[in-house]
Amino acid sequence: MDVSQYLDMFIEESKEHLQACSEQLLALENDPDDLAIVNEVFRAAHTLKGMSATMGYEDIADLTHKMENVLDAIRNSKINVTTEILDVVFEAVDDLELMVQDIESGGDGKKDVSKLVDTLNRIEAGQPLDLAEDSVSATTEEALIEVVTSTGVQYDEFELTVISQSAEQGFNALEITVTLREDCLLKVARVFMTFEILEKSGEVIKTVPTVEQLENEDFDQKFTIVLLTQEDAEDLKAKVMKVSEIEDVKITHITDEYVQKYKQAAINENEAPPEVIETTIVPVANVTPIEKVSKEAIKTKKSASSNSNKTIRVNIDRLDILMNLFEELVIDRGRLQSIASELHNPELNESVERMTRVSGDLQNIILNMRMVPVETVFNRFPKMVRQLARDLNKKIDLEIVGAETELDRTVIDEIGDPLVHLIRNALDHGIEMPEERIAKGKPEVGTVTLRAYHSGNHVFIELEDDGAGVNRERVVGKAIEKGIISPEAADSLTNKQVAELILASGFSTAASITDVSGRGVGLDVVKNTIESLGGHISIDSTEGKGSLFQVQLPLTLSIISVMLVELDQEIYAIPLSSIIETAIIQKSDILNAHNQPVIDFRGTIVPLVDLKDIFEMKNRSNEEDEFQSIVIVRKGESLAGLVVDSFIGQQEIVLKSLGEYLQSVFAISGATILGNGQVALIVDCNALIK
Amino acid sequence: MTNAIEVSDMKVIVFQLMNKEYAIGIDVVESIEKSLSITRVPRMPSYVKGVLNLRGVVTPVVDLRERFDMETKEFDETSCIIIVSHADSEVGLIVDDANDVMDVPTSAIGPQPEVVGSVESEFISGVAKVDKRLLVMLNLDKVLQPIKKANADEF
Repeated sequence: MDVSQYLDMFIEESKEHLQACSEQLLALENDPDDLAIVNEVFRAAHTLKGMSATMGYEDIADLTHKMENVLDAIRNSKINVTTEILDVVFEAVDDLELMVQDIESGGDGKKDVSKLVDTLNRIEAGQPLDLAEDSVSATTEEALIEVVTSTGVQYDEFELTVISQSAEQGFNALEITVTLREDCLLKVARVFMTFEILEKSGEVIKTVPTVEQLENEDFDQKFTIVLLTQEDAEDLKAKVMKVSEIEDVKITHITDEYVQKYKQAAINENEAPPEVIETTIVPVANVTPIEKVSKEAIKTKKSASSNSNKTIRVNIDRLDILMNLFEELVIDRGRLQSIASELHNPELNESVERMTRVSGDLQNIILNMRMVPVETVFNRFPKMVRQLARDLNKKIDLEIVGAETELDRTVIDEIGDPLVHLIRNALDHGIEMPEERIAKGKPEVGTVTLRAYHSGNHVFIELEDDGAGVNRERVVGKAIEKGIISPEAADSLTNKQVAELILASGFSTAASITDVSGRGVGLDVVKNTIESLGGHISIDSTEGKGSLFQVQLPLTLSIISVMLVELDQEIYAIPLSSIIETAIIQKSDILNAHNQPVIDFRGTIVPLVDLKDIFEMKNRSNEEDEFQSIVIVRKGESLAGLVVDSFIGQQEIVLKSLGEYLQSVFAISGATILGNGQVALIVDCNALIK
Repeated sequence: MTNAIEVSDMKVIVFQLMNKEYAIGIDVVESIEKSLSITRVPRMPSYVKGVLNLRGVVTPVVDLRERFDMETKEFDETSCIIIVSHADSEVGLIVDDANDVMDVPTSAIGPQPEVVGSVESEFISGVAKVDKRLLVMLNLDKVLQPIKKANADEF
């Protein structure tokens, strides 16, 4: 079978399933009793196994199969969830990820997994790992309960509890046995229809055979559903009988008395050596928590089915092409606008306006299509934090808030590495060792919060930790030593400025180079990456309380609003996002502060930057003018006034790079094409403000 | 093997700079443009004339005369811009005239002589002698070395 055409889909879906696995495993670690989570992992692993076997990736299938066995054992409470077991499962997931990556990059997805398989086998068999483990002994103490009703349906303790509790709330537990006709062709369809009907009337708590078996048509003519409902048995029977190809429906009412009797029987049976008929084994001690969990599980299942929005997968390249084409359109739109404004033809104006509106809407839609939730970046962090925390022997909780916040794909692609760096930094340098934390009167477990939210035309990503914070003396000392600041300047720095020193290049305060962070590249790399994305990073830190890293990013990188200005007959564009306001000032208002022209702008002293100086223009004719046009721009907290010849107006432009050849032009972040076909350069305000 | 190399021809575009003939392989040439309006890019070496809009792509333009430290010349009616694709991006080269496409047998291309006019020898990958004409083959990797953060630190 030629499966190559499915390869992309396989890789895509495998990644999703593996991601689901790691997420659920992390959740499981926090809540080891939650069997619903195990089911989730199991389901993901099972699908992956099936897919990889179909695609012929035996090693993946093999490893997932073993993993599945372990999960199955956990699910059936044969083994208890421990960190050690999860470590192995995590390792398996990691290996699977590597194999999928290998396939993606053209490899055959083969990997020596025998050792891992062996470990998994041992776990499954309940044998201790290399380390002595007492969890195994627990299994032997577990009591086994099996109950067989008159109809042959077996209930476990939990199900009985649910039945008796719902009876108190006026729900009847009905055992509905449906017999399909011998000649029934679409058994699964009939089962499905029966479920549809029954789920409308109540809650299905159990089926015999299991749902999986039913879905796989792995049963004869008969199946039994246990339903909690307030409806009358006869009504239900009539409803179910309406489904075609059904031979017979038998409904038995499970009363509370029965339940009590079964329970009694269970206890009696418990004394005798248990007969193994079916593997519904539940540790008695765990009955209550599981009950809670299963109800939640039912809830999640329901919400999952109702949330299924219709979506299609589109290759990202196509979206890029669409975006490029649209950018061309925006340029032509600008051109049309400028022609129309010259011609003063009302009809032309009208249609150009209409076109502008429509293309504006189109622009929103296209930009939205390219939006990806930051989740795609965030979801790899929990596992990373877990691993790092273990490596560092620290106890750390990672909280993620606002993972659904959306960002343009181009930004998403770039933001991953800087965030990894920040998180590593927070874990390594921020959060203290548990003993130290206790000594300081803090909770033993450190908390790192990763937060994303929209604000205006920007997305903010914040990383907050409750660790040691920035030590002013150490940072200042280091900065002086490295020659980043002068000793005199050090005293006048605010705490925030000191904190931001750690972003300066050539700065790394870690006393020793650890495996985690401080491999020579410091946080300045993070700062550079973020600024190259048109973003901004700031730090707030209180010593002893923790630090807050705030990253501000533009929503999109490709189409931005700018103010066009004229400088000696050349046109430059200044991004609106950095403009505070424009002003026309009198020459006499310009003051001099140590050779630096400044103005008093609403009470703040703002330095003036003459763009003509920066851009090496010869013609300075307007020096004689009494008035000067100024654009006040900002970078973070600091302001600057850019002196320009005149303002042209505001426009939406398409950001284009200057190409590989001109890799970095000072104070120019890119270029754009204006309506008349001319290229205009975009001023990088960040470079102009120190 | 040897035979195959000898018969194989290389198609080149021949252009003039200061009345000397230079050549680049046709495979890197995207197009040849007559005058287009160039936007100056500040704080660049003088040989970077600026950027132009080449069908929606912002393309840097290099004046080859200045790149090779030759006498400068105003853009006139014979001057043109050869758009070459180099390292995944396009760059325009201003030359005096581009007037010929030739087949140069690879065997005719030899190493550069020790002294070749005023052009810095590192920009030359070889010299081809075809009939009576001497074509200087350009080494685009050297000519178009990316402009790095040279000026940025001054500020």
